[in-house]
Amino acid sequence: MTSSSSYSGLEEASSKPHLCGAAKRGSAAVPHHSNPDRPETPIIEFREVGKSYGTFTILDKLSFSVRPGEHLALIGPSGSGKTTILRLLMTLETVTAGEILIDGRSLNREERSGKIVQASEAHLRRMRAEIGMVFQHFNLFPHKTVLENVTLAPVLTSRLSKEEAKNRAFELLDKVGLTNKADEYPARLSGGQKQRVAIARALALQPKILLLDEITSALDPELVEEVLSVITDLRNETNMTMLLVTHEMSFAKDFADRVLFFEQGKIIEDGPPAKIFQEPDHERTRSFLRKVIAAGQRV
Amino acid sequence: MSWSWAFALEILPALLDGLIVTVKVTLISSVFALVVGLSFAIAKASRVTWVRHPVLLATEGIRRTPLLVQLYFLFYVLPDFGVLLSPLTAGIIGLGLHYATYTSEVFRAGIESVPVGQWEAATATNLSPYHTWTHIILPQALPPMIPALGNYVIAMFKETPILSAITILDLMGEALAQANFNYRYLEPITLVALGFLIVSLCSAAIIKILEARLRLENG
Ligand SMILES: Nc1ncnc2c1ncn2[C@@H]1O[C@H](COP(=O)(O)OP(=O)(O)OP(=O)(O)O)[C@@H](O)[C@H]1O
Ligand SMILES: [Mg+2]
Repeated sequence: MTSSSSYSGLEEASSKPHLCGAAKRGSAAVPHHSNPDRPETPIIEFREVGKSYGTFTILDKLSFSVRPGEHLALIGPSGSGKTTILRLLMTLETVTAGEILIDGRSLNREERSGKIVQASEAHLRRMRAEIGMVFQHFNLFPHKTVLENVTLAPVLTSRLSKEEAKNRAFELLDKVGLTNKADEYPARLSGGQKQRVAIARALALQPKILLLDEITSALDPELVEEVLSVITDLRNETNMTMLLVTHEMSFAKDFADRVLFFEQGKIIEDGPPAKIFQEPDHERTRSFLRKVIAAGQRV
Repeated sequence: MSWSWAFALEILPALLDGLIVTVKVTLISSVFALVVGLSFAIAKASRVTWVRHPVLLATEGIRRTPLLVQLYFLFYVLPDFGVLLSPLTAGIIGLGLHYATYTSEVFRAGIESVPVGQWEAATATNLSPYHTWTHIILPQALPPMIPALGNYVIAMFKETPILSAITILDLMGEALAQANFNYRYLEPITLVALGFLIVSLCSAAIIKILEARLRLENG
């Protein structure tokens, strides 16, 4: 179990870097603990995490950790558990074994009157504040305008006043190139525009960790580029930790400074993209890449 | 027996009083049925078993027994246990609770028709359960439910004559009183039918307008 200090980090969580504003090119993996004696706390740590539905096991004793500011690409065949990992982090699913730590604090357990218990809804809400997610099918709120989609959560969670939220929303819409659509309803947008709104919506809460699950796979091919270029900018200009699940190997290669190759819920390969895509250690990785290339992708 | 305009005119004021009671009971019972029905639906969607199960049991029990029996229970049986309700209160609770079990099914279906991705987006943007309901789920679930809910309100309205069984002088109650007193049923009962027909038609039109407006507002 984690030491009791794991539960004391609530305040320092708010000293997060600003996502918009001054560009910080090439600032990936900036350690945010200044104490050189203390080893850096991983922003995400999976400790022997298990996930099963009934008797069907998807993840079994999965362990890995992610440093603050890392850009991770999760690749692997369909059904290998990539989405499940993101959904566990977003607390859309609950782990059935093990523990996930966010910035040293347990995501799925909490301490109450000296006992370690399953995380309550209140605990989950505190932890979610660090994490944002962009979905494959956008999941915009259809009854709200673009602007309302972006301002809703910061206002309702009382992080910003209406005015501040609006200002930030316009900054973010500017970043994703959609200020002119602020008053439209999502139904009137193209897929690529919807996904860019969804990215702005996730960023409005200034998460430390951004989860991206196949964010271009529901788009027409000609709309993919506009979304990927927004992600590339984000990658270069912020020091958010980003986890990208994708079937686009060439984008994974450009985006990631670390690639995890999954198969049947296990990490088969873990390393920089140059290594994974050019000289992987395992035959299974090679055969996966061959299949991808055979399907017409450039790697 | 032939239609007497004089008699019809004579009993009209009493019948109008009855109609006012009927409309009042319908409106109050409707609000009751909608509020309680929505609470039932939210409770039935709860992940907590000790919230979900008792509500499921209660709603099934109420829905599968006749309204008349429930009214007798509220008005004639409860006093034996020291609970005295006025006819109007018993009528409103009985009618409202009975129809709450129906409206809760409409609410449940409407809530389930909101894509699961909306719940997930609400979670991912860290909304509280309360805000998720009030800002995301209900605004999307409610407009398509208006016709079905409206039909239940009209059904409740048409069911109010049953309340004369617990001595409420609604439209039917007044008509029966007049009929029994004068030994003439033709005019009172015809006027009752006419009264119901007119109010039903008007409410159906209002529901249509309401629905159109809600759809417009929600883009
Ligand atoms: N709610 C569920 N109930 C049962 N099984 C599920 C559920 N959700 C996912 N699974 C199963 O879990 C496994 C992993 O799913 P997951 O969605 O994480 O894979 P993935 O790597 O994202 O695949 P893809 O590349 O196709 O998106 C799959 O075999 C899937 O069928
Ligand atoms: Mg997936």
